[in-house]
Amino acid sequence: MVVVGTLYLLYVLVSNTVANLRDRSIKTSFAFLEETATFAIPLNFFPFWDFTLGESVYWDVFIIGVQNTIIITLLGIPTATILGLTLGVTMLSPNFLLRKLSTGFVEIFRNTPLLLQLLFWHFAFFPPIYNSLPPVRESILTGGMVINSAGIYLPAPTLAGSAGWALAAFLAVAAVAAVMLARHAHRRRMETGVGLPTGTYIVGIFVLALAAFMFFFGDQVGVDLPEKKGLNYRGGMRPTKEIISLWFGLTVYTSTYIAENVRGGILSVNPGQSEAGMALGLSRVLRMKLVVLPQALRVIIPPTISQYLNLTKNSSLAVAVGYPDITNIWLGIALNQTGQALIIVFMTIVVYETINALTSLATNLYNRSVQIQER
Amino acid sequence: MKQKSIIISVLAAGMAAAGAASAQTIDSVKGRNELVCGVSGGLAGFSAPDDSGRMQGLDADYCYGLAAAILGPNGNVRFVNLTAKERFEALASGEVDVLSRNTTHTLTRDASLGLNFTYYNFIDGQAFMVYKSLGVSSALDLDGARVCVQSGTTTEANMADFFRTNNMSYEQIAYDTSPDTTQGFENNYCDVLSSDTSQLASIRSELSNPSDAVILPEVISKEPLGPVVRQGDDEFFNLAKWVLYAVLNAEELGITQANVDQHRGNADADPAIKRLVGTEGGMCKLISSKLDDACLYNVVKTIGNYGESYERHVGANTPLGINREGTPNALWSKGGLLYAPPLR
Repeated sequence: MVVVGTLYLLYVLVSNTVANLRDRSIKTSFAFLEETATFAIPLNFFPFWDFTLGESVYWDVFIIGVQNTIIITLLGIPTATILGLTLGVTMLSPNFLLRKLSTGFVEIFRNTPLLLQLLFWHFAFFPPIYNSLPPVRESILTGGMVINSAGIYLPAPTLAGSAGWALAAFLAVAAVAAVMLARHAHRRRMETGVGLPTGTYIVGIFVLALAAFMFFFGDQVGVDLPEKKGLNYRGGMRPTKEIISLWFGLTVYTSTYIAENVRGGILSVNPGQSEAGMALGLSRVLRMKLVVLPQALRVIIPPTISQYLNLTKNSSLAVAVGYPDITNIWLGIALNQTGQALIIVFMTIVVYETINALTSLATNLYNRSVQIQER
Repeated sequence: MKQKSIIISVLAAGMAAAGAASAQTIDSVKGRNELVCGVSGGLAGFSAPDDSGRMQGLDADYCYGLAAAILGPNGNVRFVNLTAKERFEALASGEVDVLSRNTTHTLTRDASLGLNFTYYNFIDGQAFMVYKSLGVSSALDLDGARVCVQSGTTTEANMADFFRTNNMSYEQIAYDTSPDTTQGFENNYCDVLSSDTSQLASIRSELSNPSDAVILPEVISKEPLGPVVRQGDDEFFNLAKWVLYAVLNAEELGITQANVDQHRGNADADPAIKRLVGTEGGMCKLISSKLDDACLYNVVKTIGNYGESYERHVGANTPLGINREGTPNALWSKGGLLYAPPLR
């Protein structure tokens, strides 16, 4: 009965939508995805998928929007985690100044709306810094870099032909080797009690992989230098002002929530555990690292997953600072140029749903590995 | 049993929604004694609240005029502020009766959104504004420029065409609202701000130092702005058009807010005037039998003729200071482009 009811409800919704669209003479079709996009999209820090004015179609706009949303998410999650962990631990520090400073920081940024913070960083905090740099005509040129009030342009490595895939393959092999090494080191410590300097070895493995790559494919690696074209510089690699403001804003905002999770998690561990560590003669840092945090993580991780999902969704405020994420260029500009509201909104929902489901899946898997292993 | 009732109520709600779309707009406006009008609400000269909270501007005037035609002089208007992105959905879904929000008439919008464009109450064109310190005097020197625009407008597409035609590159930075776009320009996030000329004039007048900025001479697009209604209600569409034509005809005939009563009372007036003020010809009844014979008289009585409305909100003596003479917004008889069909 429930299944039939749900199916019938879906049927009514769909047929009603279709009938309403027809009544209002609104034309809906996927054909627009193959049309040339009639507007430009700013280039980004790492343009994996390039936009060419007059050639790129709406599909490209969609892919670039997704790409930019993923980029800001991948940048934001690690920095928010590191800052949040640091703040959470220092909020419990015995040092009065440190404790009060981080508590104050968390209270300020946790209790104000994100949009307000983004506008503050973008329109009040950063402009004086940028504007203290010289204008474009008097740019500082040093070591292939260009610094002016429009931004900082770095030389960008370029990979010709199949070199990109080769690099990915070399790094994948190195990553597998690193995982195997870490497992071996773990087993060895379990069996003999003697560890290995794993960190140094892993760095060595990656350096070796890169050296091997340069040996075989070095001639296909080039450098793209920024050069003056018209009013501004072009080329090279440039963290845009928009991505910096958005990244900064999302990191600060999300980190305060993570900090509270961390603080709560640490407080949930019985003080007897820490005292036992003290009795063993462990230093404060080691006690935190070896005794308290492993137990606290079980409490910290589940709510932190929610914060990662929030960060992804909050990145849709990008339009306030002009960052070209999917909400800005797809749900905003493309929708208005084509009028295909139904399809565009649906595709956007699918993207956020997928990104968040994947984030949630990955962190849940990690969560399972740190849960109490009952035997 | 309970599930069945839920299904039935959902079904009923769906049918009700489908029914609302085909209802006669004039009837529903009369029924609620109020015209719902979608405007920008934040664009000085077109629609922005004055000190007393009353919406003022060229676009707002149109709403007052249309309300007067249906509901009588000073008929009620409820304004709904819409962003560029929201506006068409708001109109198509019936949230507003009419959209009067400096909206450009284009083929895509006309043909695919289920909308009807009436006529134009402001003929504009897109231009560029830069700071004098950039040292640029022509839009053709803008190669490589970073340009701030408001997202969800025809601005983006015009610019893409312009830069492509002239083989120049640029970087577009799109903001959601007009104030954010201005902030981006003021904070040097872009070299150029691009929008319709009238909007640039409005933004420039609000900069901390207006004389630092200059609007480049090139006008790169046609932007005929005017009110929009839903498709499927031809009677209301006709009325929406003729309210606009009436204020233009009134200007041509020399009928003003001040002398319209005098014309209505004059039995020997010019027949063309008599048709407009409703003492001859029964023009309003031809548009719709639900309208009063004096419907177009009520429009002029409430907002005056087009020229009066223009001078009140965007003309030379306003902060926008857009001189009408010699622009497309002059009457056709004075070298402009505004040409209303005869009222007969």
